[in-house]
Amino acid sequence: MIAKGKVWKFGNNIDTDAIIPARYLTTSDPQELACHCMEDADPKFITKMKTGDIIAGGENFGCGSSREHAPIAIKAAGISCVIAKSFARIFYRNAFNMGLPIFESRELFEAIKEGEEIIVDSVSGTITLASKNKTFNINPIPPFMEQLIADGGLMKHIARK
Amino acid sequence: MGNTITEKILMAHTDLKKITAGQLINAKVDIALGNDITAPIAIKEFKKAQGKKVFDKDKIALILDHFTPNKDISSAQQCKFIRKFASEQQITHFYEGGQVGVEHALLPELGIVLPGDLVIGADSHTCTYGALGAFATGVGSTDLAAAMLTGELWFKVPQSMKFVINGKMPKWVSGKDLILNIIGRIGVDGALYQAMEFTGETISKLPMAGRLSMANMAIEAGAKNGIFAPDAITTQYVENRAKRPYKFYCSDADAVYSDTIEIDASKLEPQVAFPHLPSNVKGVSKAGNVKIDQSLIGSCTNGRIEDLRIAAQILKNHKAASHVRLIVVPATPFIYKQALQEGLLEIFLNAGAVISPPSCGACLGGHLGILAEGERAIATTNRNFVGRMGHPKSEVYLASPAVAAASAVLGRIASPAEL
Repeated sequence: MIAKGKVWKFGNNIDTDAIIPARYLTTSDPQELACHCMEDADPKFITKMKTGDIIAGGENFGCGSSREHAPIAIKAAGISCVIAKSFARIFYRNAFNMGLPIFESRELFEAIKEGEEIIVDSVSGTITLASKNKTFNINPIPPFMEQLIADGGLMKHIARK
Repeated sequence: MGNTITEKILMAHTDLKKITAGQLINAKVDIALGNDITAPIAIKEFKKAQGKKVFDKDKIALILDHFTPNKDISSAQQCKFIRKFASEQQITHFYEGGQVGVEHALLPELGIVLPGDLVIGADSHTCTYGALGAFATGVGSTDLAAAMLTGELWFKVPQSMKFVINGKMPKWVSGKDLILNIIGRIGVDGALYQAMEFTGETISKLPMAGRLSMANMAIEAGAKNGIFAPDAITTQYVENRAKRPYKFYCSDADAVYSDTIEIDASKLEPQVAFPHLPSNVKGVSKAGNVKIDQSLIGSCTNGRIEDLRIAAQILKNHKAASHVRLIVVPATPFIYKQALQEGLLEIFLNAGAVISPPSCGACLGGHLGILAEGERAIATTNRNFVGRMGHPKSEVYLASPAVAAASAVLGRIASPAEL
């Protein structure tokens, strides 16, 4: 995939309660969840972001609760992908299982300012920050996870098998 | 080269003869768990994949414990949706109403999860069952859907970190204080993707309730699972609960660990995790004057009878401070009844407590004890993230039942030794 969008920067340990607070988990409707995406990290986020934008997180993005509502809310809000220094384990699984593209890059987070535009190319494994003429490498995705993406998520992967 | 207990349990659930950390495997699942928040998505995915019948109706647990007793119409709808599925599929372990308890207290209590099991749950605190010597880990709803359909799931075999805990724990120090101290040392991603294996002479004497509290919070250090080698304490806990065979595994002497951390439990005092991370830990004597509005005693971390007994011991002949709302949540109906029979509920009522039905509600800011803007709670729960128990500008401090009870009486974060 190739994603081009403006970056919204968040810090370390962004937990799934911040991504989608439990008070909204009385539904699993993606569009309703999207309305509250990142609300407890930045209450105005959903009004500022545009379809195709990219979230950049620090260490341990998506820690805490296993709620798959978190990647669902991010995807339904129109975020094209999440790039973080590192991801919490369950969020990482959930994103691949349900089809939210996520990438690890330690360098990008330090180099980029909020609002700058980047191009993410998962095929070449690079992120380009055009304004500064810089390119960063994405950590390679394990082959099994690549297969999950190619099949369109875990359930389709199982069906194919 | 030997194997850890985590590797051995994972291997026993595959056809493989050898297993190493980092390896990707497909393993058979003994119990797959979902609750009223996570199961609806799993059921939808199950149906979308043309699932007709679950792989084994006896190996799935559906527990309606989060927004129950139903807090509003939409949570009632979610429960209704799961109830219909459970009925269609004749799910054996379906619990709601007067039978339901907080899932991670209920499943061990009923002997549904046992030593040597491989348990997955669409709830991050599924790691609690590691206390029994099981491999148990939290996953998402799609993972639960896949497990309900096929009885298997993919796993990356984790590396293991060993925690060797020795020394006699001082008065009022509990399993909760040990795990808070560990998370404070290694951080909220200190065990990311790894197994946390707890050993040492302190652990070999630690009662099951303390082990369950510790394994419960392994996820707060980023771990895949927390685990204890089963022993006589495990046997005592499971022998009258188990309705099927179980197996004890233990790590080989030459098993490989990514790190070994030694802790002297005799030097610890009760611990408190300050907002807004479970790793923001201090000894209670260094808490300073932190006035509280609410004290919550309960949850999958600390809602067991042993926890309630400690709280009652401190609250007996005391009253919660007039500005503190004290909420006690027995984690299961059985614990509730035990607390009634032992006279603990009367002590709580005399202390001015509200006794809640078993529910996860207050812990995750769902219902039954929400915080307003600017309010502070001390809680025996496991998370103190921004907005965890209510308003994004409220605060949660994590501690043991002893500290939560003493704090309720003194109206500020306090050690039971002050009473």
